[in-house]
Amino acid sequence: MSIIKVNKLSKIYDGAEIPVRAVDGVDLAFEQGEFTAVVGPSGSGKTTFLNAVGGLDRPTSGEVIIDDVDIWQLSGRKLIDFRLHNIGFVFQAYNLIPVMTAKENVEFIMELQGRSKEERFDRTKSLLEAVGLGERLNSRPNKLSGGQQQRVAVARALASKPKFILADEPTANLDSKSTETLLDIMETLNKEENITFIFSTHDARVMKKARRIVTMEDGKILSDERK
Amino acid sequence: MNIILAWRNLWRNKRRTLITVASVFFGVLLSTIISSMQEGSYSSMVDNVVKFYSGYIQVQNEEYWDNKTLNNSMEPSQVLLDQVTSVKEVTHVTSRLESFALASSHTITKGAMVSGVVPDKENEITQLKKWVVEGSFFSENDQGVLVGSELAKYLKMGVGDTLVLLGSGYHGVSAAGKFPIRGILNFPNPELNKQSVYMDLKVCQEFFSADNLVSSLIVMVKDQYDMPAVFKKLKAKISAPYAVLSWDEMQPELVQLIDSDRAGGQVMIAVLYILIGFGIFSTIMMLVAERTREMGVMVAIGMQKSKLAITMFLETVYIGIIGVLAGFAGSIPIIIYFYNNPISLQGGAAAAMTEMGIEPYMYFTLQPSVFYRQAIIVFAITSVVALYPLFMSAKLKVNQALKA
Ligand SMILES: Nc1ncnc2c1ncn2[C@@H]1O[C@H](COP(=O)(O)OP(=O)(O)O)[C@@H](O)[C@H]1O
Ligand SMILES: [Mg+2]
Repeated sequence: MSIIKVNKLSKIYDGAEIPVRAVDGVDLAFEQGEFTAVVGPSGSGKTTFLNAVGGLDRPTSGEVIIDDVDIWQLSGRKLIDFRLHNIGFVFQAYNLIPVMTAKENVEFIMELQGRSKEERFDRTKSLLEAVGLGERLNSRPNKLSGGQQQRVAVARALASKPKFILADEPTANLDSKSTETLLDIMETLNKEENITFIFSTHDARVMKKARRIVTMEDGKILSDERK
Repeated sequence: MNIILAWRNLWRNKRRTLITVASVFFGVLLSTIISSMQEGSYSSMVDNVVKFYSGYIQVQNEEYWDNKTLNNSMEPSQVLLDQVTSVKEVTHVTSRLESFALASSHTITKGAMVSGVVPDKENEITQLKKWVVEGSFFSENDQGVLVGSELAKYLKMGVGDTLVLLGSGYHGVSAAGKFPIRGILNFPNPELNKQSVYMDLKVCQEFFSADNLVSSLIVMVKDQYDMPAVFKKLKAKISAPYAVLSWDEMQPELVQLIDSDRAGGQVMIAVLYILIGFGIFSTIMMLVAERTREMGVMVAIGMQKSKLAITMFLETVYIGIIGVLAGFAGSIPIIIYFYNNPISLQGGAAAAMTEMGIEPYMYFTLQPSVFYRQAIIVFAITSVVALYPLFMSAKLKVNQALKA
């Protein structure tokens, strides 16, 4: 059963002289446990697509159905709550709250969910250990490297026990070594914990790790391959 | 979480926060000192004026205030006296009988204001004794009188001479009497010196054929802050034919003087706080602008905008609280110092005050209202300023914020 179904999704920007069809009638489904890369050149519509799927940017038309919920029918507050409980996010950079330590950043989302102190504490520790940062619990983001920050962001995304994780170019600001570490962690989590990842990239080495590659161009799906 | 987050956010830009806090600090410091000085001076003015003659509260025949004649005097019943003394904040009660008479020596005659008082009680309230510059004070049933210095000079009389008083008594009975001068009074106010004649209440009642009658009961309380409550209690207990008057009803000029002066001070304080308000506002504006992306991330991962707004609201409130507390910490020692060491005034202002019977000192007050008002004002300002982040987080577009 698909956990995400995208039906005739379009996003048209009317601002310019010629309207830009950033996402153009996309139909797509994602299954539990998939490890999908959305690829394509810059401007092909990856961010717009992921934002529509993640409930961050309202599409012009079409639907995004997550576990039988047509998310764009939800009101503002309900949509935020839906994201909190169902979707994990990793952004390109500056994901973390600068005044909070790694531990607090991870705990933060569980606190928003209203989870108990003990659960938060245990889960934070094991998640940060899982991303290889068991020693950096009390470091603030500015004391962590870009790669470490992204790993904390992955731990935070996982902390809320989401149905899937959306990561828009999570490695774009990382050197190749950090990129590799981050992807290895994501891959391990996917294989061992059956965590569903959807991430975008235009880095060929990152693409290679994916088990499903959705290629976009001009807002359309050019190809959809599974390995 | 909000509380900690807001607190840490506050110190992200230490210098800016400190500058903003400092502006609140100076605002509160100046405002408390100004208000303490103003209110302290007013209350000392009131206390002085009130203690000089009128008392805080008077009970009279209801006709007396508008038409101050002997015929409108009253005979205070025991019930009335009990009603007054039963109010526990009342510290002193005394009676006076006042009317006009002609004062003369052999050849010279002049109008005088005759006050019949209970010497010891009167002295407790108005310290009448302290104005006696020649001769001595009098005691109960004393047939002698105290005369204002200018009046005595005009009549060319001194201590030991006999003053003749002529007038009309109760219900038009003619009043005439001879009274030995016991002492000369020299008030700071020349008007009083020109017309005052004091005598014992009983002697006065006899002179005016007004047995047992008084013009008013003078009621004293600890200070003006006790007055409103006592006034209310007395008003509730005492009804026609008696009337209860408060000092502010009896001294409308003083009330007006204080009100207009206070308004001046308030305008100054208002301008000060408006400036501070804009200072805080610009800080909060910058703070929101530089955190757009971060706010986007927080809302994206599932933080409700209202929670975000509360965090920013708290930051604004912290600035206010720190500023206010620091301001108090700075102003309280200064105010306490001047409370204990009032500033002595010199020159024209001092002379004018002395003339009005007011000690020429700038007094400070430690009334809580001086302080909590500033706290309320700062809280109101920060609340208004905090509407901005509230508004900005409400209209935050996550996808755009994430691009910032
Ligand atoms: N806010 C916007 N207003 C107008 N056009 C936009 C806006 N955001 C994106 N676009 C356009 O939509 C297209 C897709 O952009 P985007 O989804 O960011 O692509 P990608 O993430 O693949 O680089 C581009 O042509 C881009 O210029
Ligand atoms: Mg993009």
